[in-house]
Amino acid sequence: MKRNDRETTFSRRSFILAGGGGLIFTGLGARLVSLQISQTERYRTLSEDNQFNFRLLTPSRGRILDRNGEVLADNQDAYNVLMVPDQTGGVEEAIDRLSAHIEISDGQRQRILREVQRNPSFRPVTIAENLDWETFARLNVHAPDLPGILPVVGEVRYYPHGPILAHTTGYVGKASEEVAGNDPLLRHPGFRIGRDGLELSLDERLRGEAGALKVEVDAYGRVVRELPDPKTQPAPGDDIRLTLDLKLQQYAAQRMEDEAASAVAMDVRNGDILALASVPSYDPNSFAKGMSQKEYDALRADERQPLFKKAVGGLYPPASTFKLLVALAAQRHGVMDPGERVFCSGRIRLGNHPFHCWKRGGHGALDMAGAIQHSCDIYYYEAARRLGIEKIAETAREFGLGEKFDISVPGVQSGTVPDEAWKLARFGERWQGGETLIAGIGQGYLSTSPLQLAVMTARLATGRAVTPRVVTDGSPGAFAHLNYNDESFALVREAMMSVCEQPGGTAYYALGGGFEYGDMLMAGKSGTGQVRRISLSERATGVLKGDQVPWKYRDHALFVCFAPYEDPRYAVAVVVEHGVGGSSNAGPRARDILRACFEREAGRDPTAVAAADTPERDT
Amino acid sequence: MSSVFMGSSRPRGVLAFLHNFDWTLVALLMLLGGIGVGMLYSVAEGDWSPWAVRHAIRFSLGVGLMMIAALIDIRIWMAIAYPAWAGVMVLLLGVEFFGSAAMGAERWLEIGPIRVQPSELMKIALVLALARYYHGLSSDRASGFLGLIPPAILIGAPVLLILRQPDLGTAVLLALTGVVIVFMAGLNWWIIIFGAGAAAVGAPLFYTFGLQDYQRQRIFTFLNPEADPMGEGYQILQSKIALGSGGVWGKGYMEGTQAQLDFLPEKHTDFIFTMLGEEFGLMGCLFVLILYALVSARLIMIATSCRNQFSRLAVAGIAATFVSYVFINIAMVTGLAPVVGVPLPLISYGGTVIITVMAGFGIALSAHLNRGRELDRSRSFV
Repeated sequence: MKRNDRETTFSRRSFILAGGGGLIFTGLGARLVSLQISQTERYRTLSEDNQFNFRLLTPSRGRILDRNGEVLADNQDAYNVLMVPDQTGGVEEAIDRLSAHIEISDGQRQRILREVQRNPSFRPVTIAENLDWETFARLNVHAPDLPGILPVVGEVRYYPHGPILAHTTGYVGKASEEVAGNDPLLRHPGFRIGRDGLELSLDERLRGEAGALKVEVDAYGRVVRELPDPKTQPAPGDDIRLTLDLKLQQYAAQRMEDEAASAVAMDVRNGDILALASVPSYDPNSFAKGMSQKEYDALRADERQPLFKKAVGGLYPPASTFKLLVALAAQRHGVMDPGERVFCSGRIRLGNHPFHCWKRGGHGALDMAGAIQHSCDIYYYEAARRLGIEKIAETAREFGLGEKFDISVPGVQSGTVPDEAWKLARFGERWQGGETLIAGIGQGYLSTSPLQLAVMTARLATGRAVTPRVVTDGSPGAFAHLNYNDESFALVREAMMSVCEQPGGTAYYALGGGFEYGDMLMAGKSGTGQVRRISLSERATGVLKGDQVPWKYRDHALFVCFAPYEDPRYAVAVVVEHGVGGSSNAGPRARDILRACFEREAGRDPTAVAAADTPERDT
Repeated sequence: MSSVFMGSSRPRGVLAFLHNFDWTLVALLMLLGGIGVGMLYSVAEGDWSPWAVRHAIRFSLGVGLMMIAALIDIRIWMAIAYPAWAGVMVLLLGVEFFGSAAMGAERWLEIGPIRVQPSELMKIALVLALARYYHGLSSDRASGFLGLIPPAILIGAPVLLILRQPDLGTAVLLALTGVVIVFMAGLNWWIIIFGAGAAAVGAPLFYTFGLQDYQRQRIFTFLNPEADPMGEGYQILQSKIALGSGGVWGKGYMEGTQAQLDFLPEKHTDFIFTMLGEEFGLMGCLFVLILYALVSARLIMIATSCRNQFSRLAVAGIAATFVSYVFINIAMVTGLAPVVGVPLPLISYGGTVIITVMAGFGIALSAHLNRGRELDRSRSFV
């Protein structure tokens, strides 16, 4: 029967159908075995990659403190917004959504897109920083509607005293592309590294250690929960205490604010630098928060160089302050008896070349102490001629000139102490006798920084190899004695005292009668560093006075001093760029800063009285 | 059974129904539906709403529907086979002109408050119509080429309409079901071999000349999902991660991170199997797979036990539909087939698929209850 045919066919084929079905289910089962047994390790890892995210926890940067614990560089909470591109589901759209809540300019948008392209898509990119609290709170409320957008509380470096300490503390900034490399901490958008000053040189100590937070995230990058177990807390960086005294630093900056100048104040007993001031300055906060190119260009273009660390990096001829060292060298080598008088007619000749004293008419006959008190050039030409450059250079080095002191502040310059070998190496020429004479009055190739001048003064005051320091690390070692006899030091110190405290001293009148601080006496020496060569024709017609020439051709004004004369505690060096008169311009400022050291010692605030005390200026 | 009814006469009425009813099949289905509810509870992170409760309700309604369908005499099913096909075709045409788009494809037709997906109804209607057609055909006609023309229309017309929606998954599923019935009806082996050969030659040609760029892109993505993990391949990749990370024993109920953390799209509908794989591992997957195999085997047994061709072919068609559902879905989530949007019957959340499948099982049960009945070949009843 047909029907039976059909039934038979159906029965036969139902075996094939059942077989096919069996094949299908076996195939699916085999596929599952392959996925869930053979490849399970691979997919388990992928699953965890999906599920867990390591959030880097940036460490808190160590603070920078002054000697009394005043905070010079601090951290403040900053409200930032980051974006994790691969969690946004479209970067452009994410920015659009966000711009309903905060303003995003076209420029910003472009920067964000650029950064997104440069970085792997899981790495957060900064959208905006330093939002106000209200905006930040609003973003947090809307966070669920903003996938991939992370409002985070970060830290921003804050310098409460702004420009006052900028040259010492420096500032922080984002790590440059080359520096950051692939370091996830350096690439973290909220992280800053030191870019200048102590922030740069002590970066490793200030930086601390990053921590990590393992978080479970959902497909949109939202944190589902934090896993406390594998969380490692970031270790904050070390606080660093400086030898600087904030109030003294403020006073020094204030006392020089009308000039391009620098001052260094030191405790001669231990080498602690109490003030390291450079004016004008800049606000490091604007660097830490990000500065516009225009602001930066303006800072760079200023001829008074606000970005330049003049106190440690500015190099000036030591000028007449150098005579102190020549006097010591002359005594050590016995080329001059302190009582020997040299007659100053205003000029001497060496070979065909005339050498002039600053005093046109001449000083008449002066002994060694008198030549310091009156700062006679002729006397020191003669002393230098008898010593020769090698011996002068030896003494200069013993007093710290030409030495690059490691006070942790970047930009410290060594300056130049010339000798025969130096000249040969530098210019390929032999040393000339006339150059020795010029060196004898601290001009020519000689160059020193204000820091070195302060060290020199401290060494003169104590007779020991005082070494400066800015960072308090343990106690300073005992300083070695300098190999000059006590009488030599006594003579030079007394002469320095007479410069300031006795009528006839070059600084006596400019200082208005000396130190005038209790019954203390001070000792000091002025210097006027020549910036241009005075030509013979100009000598003939009369040397132009300071303010008859443009500012940048005027002489530098230098003054070094210490007090108390009998038992020195503090030394100060001041250099006023193009300030013309060493004693008239730099002298009163240095004297006032020296006074302020004692005010601070007594626990008083020198800045309080300084406001009324305007600097005296003469020509 | 009570001993009263043992003996010469077979029980009748309600008792006959209870005796003859295929309780094994129903038990298997209940188990699958229960697994569905359990998984949907887990997908919602341990919440009965929004899916688990509604799935339970729909499944219960589906069981009721199945019972009603089972109680309807097989002759009535045979009688309404052609009208049902024609009616659903009208609905499909309605979708073509008045359908509303859901997920980018026109599939739904709204008639008042009711939203129906005619393509789903067609799965039943096509099976009935083809069974009805071959029921009236001698084995010679059924095996020959000419007899193939009406089925080609019965299958081809709805498949083309559904492709236009576009719903590739359902179209493939319908075509597969149709081919299985034609095969079971006794199509000549030569024609089968020739057809298979033509398909083997035609497929590459179709791929090269018949497809748009974006369609080729989709196939490429399917073959290599890792090439574009955030875009087109995302679903497949995340699905494989979920399954693979489950391992042998799984991460444990409600512990599946891939699904719980929303990495898995469509996790409560088409991709629910991956969630099962993540939480219960290979063991859970094989268990469910075996349940599906048992259901399929049971259907084939029912089919072979029937004394009339309509029942045999209808039940075989229903079995084919069911296996196709399972196969396409699991092949899709394990990365063996492109993502075409076919749910996992009885476990995936979704109303229409429950109705289709349960109605199909109801018809199979009806066939089972009437398995001894011989039907006239040339005339329909009623």
